[in-house]
Amino acid sequence: MPQADRQLMMGNTACMHGAIYAGVRFYAGYPITPSTEVAEGCARELPRIGGRFIQMEDEIASIGAVIGASVAGLKAMTATSGPGYSLMIENIGYAYMIEAPCVIVNVQRGGPSTGLPTKVSQADTMQARWGPHGDYTAIAVAPSSVAEAFTETVRAVNLSERFRTPVTILLDEVIGHMQEMVSLPEAGEYPVVDRAKPTCDPADYAPYGPTENCVNPMPAYGEGYRWYATGLTHDPRGFPTERPDEIVATLERLRHKIEDHRPEIDKVRADRMEDAEIALVSYGSVSRTALQAMMLARGAGLRVGCVQLQTVWPFPLEPLRTLLQNTRKVIVAELNMGQIVEQVERIVPDGGRVHSLLRYDGELITPHQLIDKINEVST
Amino acid sequence: MTPAVKSSAAVQQSDVVLRYLRPHKKFPNLWCPGCGNGIVMSSLVRAIDKLGLAKDNVVLVSGIGCSSRMPVYLDFQALHTTHGRALAFATGVKFARPDLKVVVITGDGDCLSIGGNHLIHACRRNIDITTILINNYIYGMTGGQISPTTPSGSVSTTTPYGNMEKQFEACELAKGAGATFIARTTVYHTSQMDRMITEAIQHRGFSFVEVLSNCHTYYGRLNRLGQATALLRMFQEKAARGKAKSIIDEESKDMIVTGVLHRDDEKTELCDEYQKLLDSLSKGKA
Ligand SMILES: Cc1ncc(C[n+]2csc(CCOP(=O)(O)OP(=O)(O)O)c2C)c(N)n1
Repeated sequence: MPQADRQLMMGNTACMHGAIYAGVRFYAGYPITPSTEVAEGCARELPRIGGRFIQMEDEIASIGAVIGASVAGLKAMTATSGPGYSLMIENIGYAYMIEAPCVIVNVQRGGPSTGLPTKVSQADTMQARWGPHGDYTAIAVAPSSVAEAFTETVRAVNLSERFRTPVTILLDEVIGHMQEMVSLPEAGEYPVVDRAKPTCDPADYAPYGPTENCVNPMPAYGEGYRWYATGLTHDPRGFPTERPDEIVATLERLRHKIEDHRPEIDKVRADRMEDAEIALVSYGSVSRTALQAMMLARGAGLRVGCVQLQTVWPFPLEPLRTLLQNTRKVIVAELNMGQIVEQVERIVPDGGRVHSLLRYDGELITPHQLIDKINEVST
Repeated sequence: MTPAVKSSAAVQQSDVVLRYLRPHKKFPNLWCPGCGNGIVMSSLVRAIDKLGLAKDNVVLVSGIGCSSRMPVYLDFQALHTTHGRALAFATGVKFARPDLKVVVITGDGDCLSIGGNHLIHACRRNIDITTILINNYIYGMTGGQISPTTPSGSVSTTTPYGNMEKQFEACELAKGAGATFIARTTVYHTSQMDRMITEAIQHRGFSFVEVLSNCHTYYGRLNRLGQATALLRMFQEKAARGKAKSIIDEESKDMIVTGVLHRDDEKTELCDEYQKLLDSLSKGKA
């Protein structure tokens, strides 16, 4: 990419461009800091390429419209922050249940409630996993730079289409509002995935059938498959059921379609982990701090490495287990009261090896805080 | 009592409905015997059939409630959504794919209580969606609690001493919010209902048809109003038919004013306006 194509861009704007690159042609949303630039960008750019933008009356309606557009046949997205994400939760659960591909961007700010509208946080990490009631398996990704706000959004749209499921992008206020030099990729540089369409006779189409890879093809409206979607627990045809065997089959398929394809979904970035004695595990904006702290520590002769979770959910168990296997200490740094650290403890069972550095005052963790923590655990 | 010989018109009518029932769906349906929901369903089918709409081009969207179960029985694209949110989903379907005919089926609780905000905004946008509100004056599915249309004084399971709240006048609300076709009818007046639903679907813009219906199981029983037939008779007796001067007709206070109550063919429709934007932007590029 020639230098001339490089431009100064905000994370939220890069996210918008990533969505369009991946084929998103429908956006419905409701303004909320610190996510609004995603909506504003979509309002400007989508109609220029024949796409559609609508500002809805609230976030419940926004995600509703997004799911409606998705089943009608368009790739669709919305963006919000804490209070709006909370409002969307029931309908996100509906999207899990009817298996509607869609992308929800949560540019996290401090909470609970109105919290800290302009301050950074990662306290919605668990909500992205367990927001809606009931059992299902969630996918969430977390970019840590403006460039990744683009590439991870492309990946999120692809995953939603591939697995017919909602995907949450966990941005945070720092990544969303930060400006960096980036060059947007040409078409074709990154793969773009479209949902599989049925080819069978419409009379035989079962939108929730027991397929081999657990993901059923999905037609757009008007293509001859007049299927029925309901949030009620359903049988393979989509009709409401209370039969225990059918209930179990539906719930297990929702889980297996994600769990059985973890290698396609897992994504972590490792820096200097080959010889690391101390691993810094982080995601989102904190991963930038971690890289800086690693450089400083390496400069002082400490063998420190970094692991960034680009996929947060499903928690990338295997890649992390392998990376952390030979480390002496693991420090999990995050902007909440300890959400991902418990996941890390699950795979590093030896108590005392895992430490956490938490911050929840609306500010970023600094490299020096991490250095202090490294010194504390290595003595 | 079923008459020994059906009139040929009745035979034809039920044939039409049979042609639109969803294959594979197991019957009987979920509704109580005598429920008005089935009457509305048949009327909707007759309207769609009369208009000659292709099944593939019709999308039924509903929320949660007895009435909202309708789309499962009919052979169209169907989105049975969350309680109150049908119009939000329908807006997404229609705005994404203006080529589709979108019809929303909703109950008085679904549409006017939990979904009230979406209703007024769909009206305001004048998006080309037809909404059929089946108003049975009560929450049927959850077993007989008050809704925003339950008359004052009525007994429900959550107003055991009588309802002390005031009601929404659904058609007036839709008019105030900007809907451009508004009609009211009842499950007794099936040919009028056929006409109202047909005209509503034909109308380009947000159309709203309120169908007064009977929930004898809860509303009728709790208020000692009798069975389905008694409630149908009430609709028959109370209906003031023909052209109403206004939605709330002072001259016929105790009557139910039916027919087309409001119509505005001048107001622009949302998807049409957006298409103009798309066209002008793509021309600018060329
Ligand atoms: C968010 C949510 N709250 C409550 C309910 C429970 N609920 C199901 S149907 C219903 C009311 C339905 O009444 P109405 O819309 O009048 O339709 P009817 O059943 O009378 O046709 C309620 C409260 C629900 N499903 N979801």
